[in-house]
Amino acid sequence: MARTNTIEVERLVREFKKGPRAVDGIDLHVDAGEIYGFLGPNGAGKSTTVLMLTTLLPPTSGTARVGGYDVIADGPKVRASIGAALQEAALDPLLTGRDHLRLQGTLQGIQRVERKQRTAELLERVGLTEAADRKVKGYSGGMKRRLDLALALVHRPRLLFLDEPTTGLDPQSRTALWDEVGRLAREEGVTVFLTTQYLEEADVLANRVGIIDHGRIVAEGTPAALKAEIGLPSVHAVPAEDADRARLTEVLAQFGEPLGDGAKDVAVRLREGVSGLPAIVRALDAADVGLAQLEIQAPSLDDVFLAKTGRSLEGAGESGNGAEPAA
Amino acid sequence: MTVVAQMGALAARSVTRTLRQPASAIPPLIFPVMLMLVNAAGLDSTTELPGFPTDSFLAFALAVPFIQGALFSTMNAGTDLARDIQTGFLNRLALTSMRGSALIAGQLGGIVLLGLVQAAFYIAVGLAVGVDFASGALGILVLLAFAALVSAGFGALGLWLALRTGSGEAIQGLFPLLFVFLFLSSMNAPRNLIEIDWFHVVATANPVSYLIECVRSLIITGWDGQALALGFGITVAIGLGALALASLALVGRLART
Repeated sequence: MARTNTIEVERLVREFKKGPRAVDGIDLHVDAGEIYGFLGPNGAGKSTTVLMLTTLLPPTSGTARVGGYDVIADGPKVRASIGAALQEAALDPLLTGRDHLRLQGTLQGIQRVERKQRTAELLERVGLTEAADRKVKGYSGGMKRRLDLALALVHRPRLLFLDEPTTGLDPQSRTALWDEVGRLAREEGVTVFLTTQYLEEADVLANRVGIIDHGRIVAEGTPAALKAEIGLPSVHAVPAEDADRARLTEVLAQFGEPLGDGAKDVAVRLREGVSGLPAIVRALDAADVGLAQLEIQAPSLDDVFLAKTGRSLEGAGESGNGAEPAA
Repeated sequence: MTVVAQMGALAARSVTRTLRQPASAIPPLIFPVMLMLVNAAGLDSTTELPGFPTDSFLAFALAVPFIQGALFSTMNAGTDLARDIQTGFLNRLALTSMRGSALIAGQLGGIVLLGLVQAAFYIAVGLAVGVDFASGALGILVLLAFAALVSAGFGALGLWLALRTGSGEAIQGLFPLLFVFLFLSSMNAPRNLIEIDWFHVVATANPVSYLIECVRSLIITGWDGQALALGFGITVAIGLGALALASLALVGRLART
């Protein structure tokens, strides 16, 4: 097969001894230059999938081609095509940022002069020029993640695997990393395979999202299409007086399917979409129900996850199978 | 990119790590010398025993730090690699075009360099306290070569243990065992003067005795072909065995396709 920037996966399986199937026959296609968000709770099979696609873990069965190369038969070619920042930023605390880039560049076969230029360029790009000669043990979590990304990019890979790259980062560092990942795909045509537990991250960054649960892909599509599949928005209302709560529930129930009891609000999925809102306001006025707050919410990826698995993504990992190895 | 360049980069990393954590580099230098000086102060009168090969216990005991330092090399090499496995740094290396042989050779390169620094230090201490090296300047060079070989051999043993267990704690747990090998050798007395039967048998069967006697021969005897052959031969055998085991363990550990 010719060199491409795509990822093709068919019926990929990984079983661990004495454990369930961590990855249970998934199919995937990621286009060149696309950012693919792989969303799921802890233990869903995200990291195991990444380890197989990056050649670090042999699949039990199925096939996967990364950059046009088979992950089993052409491991070295796959590795030459990809960059990867795995779940934990595996850095040597005693080396400096520059030491890391120098070592990585040498092991990737980059010649001395180019290595020096590339090191300076990447340090600048991830904002670590000033900290380049400090030992990594003094870096913050955000700095380590940025260095991790720079290391993955040393040899100008065509495909990039990022395994939960923003876990534990502050909002500023997270946004900076999103910007850089977006730029890589947009300006350099790098294909990005990104695993995340964060709905917002998948929503903001990914062109398409695959939702994995218990080793199976339960939904796939663009974030907008997945949310549209869930369909209608919901209205969330908080009564001004708690005594009005029962009447509020009764009125809203005329306009859609109740979404369970919130701590404060009463919510229904609107049967007629946003166009039903004026009628709701009129009905509440007629029933003399005062409101402290009224909010329309579009469907989120969490709603998609809830619809597909019957659970909310938040905290879903608590009941995960626990078979996913640390990367 | 040649394996040599990869090896050089990994050896440079190993050396840099050592230089940046003096707390782990200094004990292998200082403690063996301290132990030697304490032993020499207490056991000096044993040189008066008939058949004792020298009248300077310091000259006799100077061989021990060389071997003790090599045992520390086992711990250092193993602990460093085990940490790389535990933190995922080995996965980072595995994602490059690094050859497995470069990883092992690179790690050993750093250990050998440390072993040479240790040996040079012990030789300097010996010269400073008045030890006369019977084999002369050439003997000192052979001594340095032997120290490098012993460091590589024991370092390979440490790498194998790290690759097999993947645990720094497991490597540290072997520390007492290495000391048992050291103390049940001809460390403090020539084998011909060990009168307790079981100790004599154990010291004779213990390969560490022959490593010590190889170093000792260069310091106090001169050129003893048998001692040198046994010392170099056993070290090469340990090294080759450990390298083979480490290479096999690396294949299992680097399960990349």
